[in-house]
Amino acid sequence: MKKDEVPQDNEDLLEGKFKVIKYAIDDKGNYGTVGSVGWQPENTVLKQAWEKIHERVEQTVIKINAGELSPLAYHMEKQIMDPAMLGQYMGLSKRKIKRHLSAKGFARLDEETLMKYANVFDISVSQLKTTE
Amino acid sequence: MIIPFEHSQSAHCETGVLSNLLRFHGADVSEPLGLGVGAGLFYSHMPFIKVNDLPITTYRTMPGFIFKKFCRRTGIKVKRFKFKDPEKAMLALDEALEQGLPVGLLTSVFYLPYLPRAFRFHFNAHNIVAYGKEGDEYLISDPILEEPVRIDRKMLIRARFAKGMPNTNGQMYYPTHVPDDLNLNKAIISGIKATARDMSTIPISFFGGKAIGYLASRLKNYEKKYGEENAKMYLGNIVRMQEEIGTGGAGFRFMFGAFLQEAAVHLGNPALQQKSLEITKIGDLWRSFAYDCGRMCKGRAPDMNFDLLSEQLKVIGEQELRFFSSLRKMDLKA
Repeated sequence: MKKDEVPQDNEDLLEGKFKVIKYAIDDKGNYGTVGSVGWQPENTVLKQAWEKIHERVEQTVIKINAGELSPLAYHMEKQIMDPAMLGQYMGLSKRKIKRHLSAKGFARLDEETLMKYANVFDISVSQLKTTE
Repeated sequence: MIIPFEHSQSAHCETGVLSNLLRFHGADVSEPLGLGVGAGLFYSHMPFIKVNDLPITTYRTMPGFIFKKFCRRTGIKVKRFKFKDPEKAMLALDEALEQGLPVGLLTSVFYLPYLPRAFRFHFNAHNIVAYGKEGDEYLISDPILEEPVRIDRKMLIRARFAKGMPNTNGQMYYPTHVPDDLNLNKAIISGIKATARDMSTIPISFFGGKAIGYLASRLKNYEKKYGEENAKMYLGNIVRMQEEIGTGGAGFRFMFGAFLQEAAVHLGNPALQQKSLEITKIGDLWRSFAYDCGRMCKGRAPDMNFDLLSEQLKVIGEQELRFFSSLRKMDLKA
């Protein structure tokens, strides 16, 4: 890649916070670095990954409103976690987490466990009980 | 308390922290030199191991390897710590800072609030340097940023104690001994040979140059096997890994090119300059592959399909195998 080929496809994914550095060659073939505000394929696949996450959150909300899942499932998806990862944070098995994700299982949780979940997500217990 | 630490922006976090930390200790090591001597360039595709339901494709060695191998090859001694208790981890950090030592920290980008939202996934192998503390805030040199930043203690604890793949375990490290003479020429040769060996001789199809051809053959059947939507997710992930911050779209191939150029000067060997140009051309092939994958993912490429992408990747695999085999056989003298 030549220095003048270093892509500058700005889709604001870097939020104007900084440019990323790319190694590229000058006309004589000597390497140096150039700042870049983004590259289209990278932007595309990043957005693709986020769309998938948003989609999962939306589907979860539908299931919560239908009374199948608890708001815990919403917060888990929103934090891009799965039961295995959340289990690691909580010190609980994947199976236990899955039980808590159901509306019934969540309703039975004591204050201490709710508090612990809230801490993992850095939110309050009352937030934990809603999808906000 | 603030340690006079010179922050310099890098393309990639691990090589950046390596270069910045060593400069503080009086050794001028560029980022590409860190990558090359640390033998960080690699390739692996492991369809049977999945993260977030996506098969692993990687263009580099395991996080942490570059730093370790660089130090082993140059005689630098590093002290590493792991913690179970966050309070102890923060205390140890404070103590090192009090001694005037900038400290490398392993963190998760998910909990670094100064990074752009779109990049904050649960990637638990991001290296940063803490070089001071004021009140409840730590001064941070994050090598991918243009300027140093600050982070409050609570968030730093979260970033240092992230769970997942892998757990960060509060890991921290700093050099304890940097020799006056790093014996760089010898280290450069070992780095080149190790990279070339791992890319061209591992007899398992998941690793090295072979793995590129292996993924190419799987790519052909992606749509049939996984359905259109999942095939695109898988494809997107291949590009995301290739594009991981700092690779310039070529999965470290360009940075390795910069390394070979430096190596040519250090060893007084113009043939390495030629090799640098060769890997640069291969890097350009990676870029055009990523470009076409991006179009495919967007669904705006009537002229593109998985067969063609597979063909492109197959060619890249053949070229990398040839390139690294010939690099392995080169006669290099310190």
